[in-house]
Amino acid sequence: MARILFFGKLADAAGGRSCDFSLAPDTRTIDDLVSALSAKEAALAAVFNENAVRFIVNEMIASRDAAISDEDEIAFLPPVSGG
Amino acid sequence: MIRVCADSFDPGAELSAFEKNASGAGAVVSFTGKVRDAAGSDGVKALCLEHYPGVTERSIQEIENKARERWKIDETLIIHRVGELAPGDPIVMVCVASAHRREAFEAADFLMDYLKTEAMFWKKEIRDSGEVWIEPRNADYKDAARWKDSGRHDEEE
Repeated sequence: MARILFFGKLADAAGGRSCDFSLAPDTRTIDDLVSALSAKEAALAAVFNENAVRFIVNEMIASRDAAISDEDEIAFLPPVSGG
Repeated sequence: MIRVCADSFDPGAELSAFEKNASGAGAVVSFTGKVRDAAGSDGVKALCLEHYPGVTERSIQEIENKARERWKIDETLIIHRVGELAPGDPIVMVCVASAHRREAFEAADFLMDYLKTEAMFWKKEIRDSGEVWIEPRNADYKDAARWKDSGRHDEEE
């Protein structure tokens, strides 16, 4: 199971800050996972479409085409707002 | 030093300790960002700040590293709150000590611009009308972009 973390408005859209998600065999990249999560949850699809979401795999910044596996921790980050 | 903390902090006490620690520096600049008072900003009752433990601290370290590559800095202190904050509470504090004032002013300004746009925090306002996630304003991105084109600052008296 992959560990999925949602931050900011993505957590509201996902209905929680984290979940364990079993990656289907054809879910090989972050882009595939975005599609799978969007299909499951319309509110998440809306945020993915409207915002510049960034991705972190195992605490390292990753691009949308980065490969992922079932043991990874994958975080979805909406635009940041510190200070 | 970088500190992400869930409890309130006292900017005066922090500055005092920082100055003692950086006693050899000729210049100390500090900035404190606070939650605006509810009266001034459309009924904001509280702020809620979240972060990604470990990753957020590293994102701040990278910002500090960029500042240190650019200016000659003796010491820095960056404190950032997470959790729930009330109007008037300090959210963020940046202190920079250097030999001369210009480096300290510019580095503190740079650190704040990048904390606003690159540090991994997410901020929600709890308003009378509901909850709203805040994103950097165009002005914040513009402020951060100011540092992209200007070259390394020359040392001065």
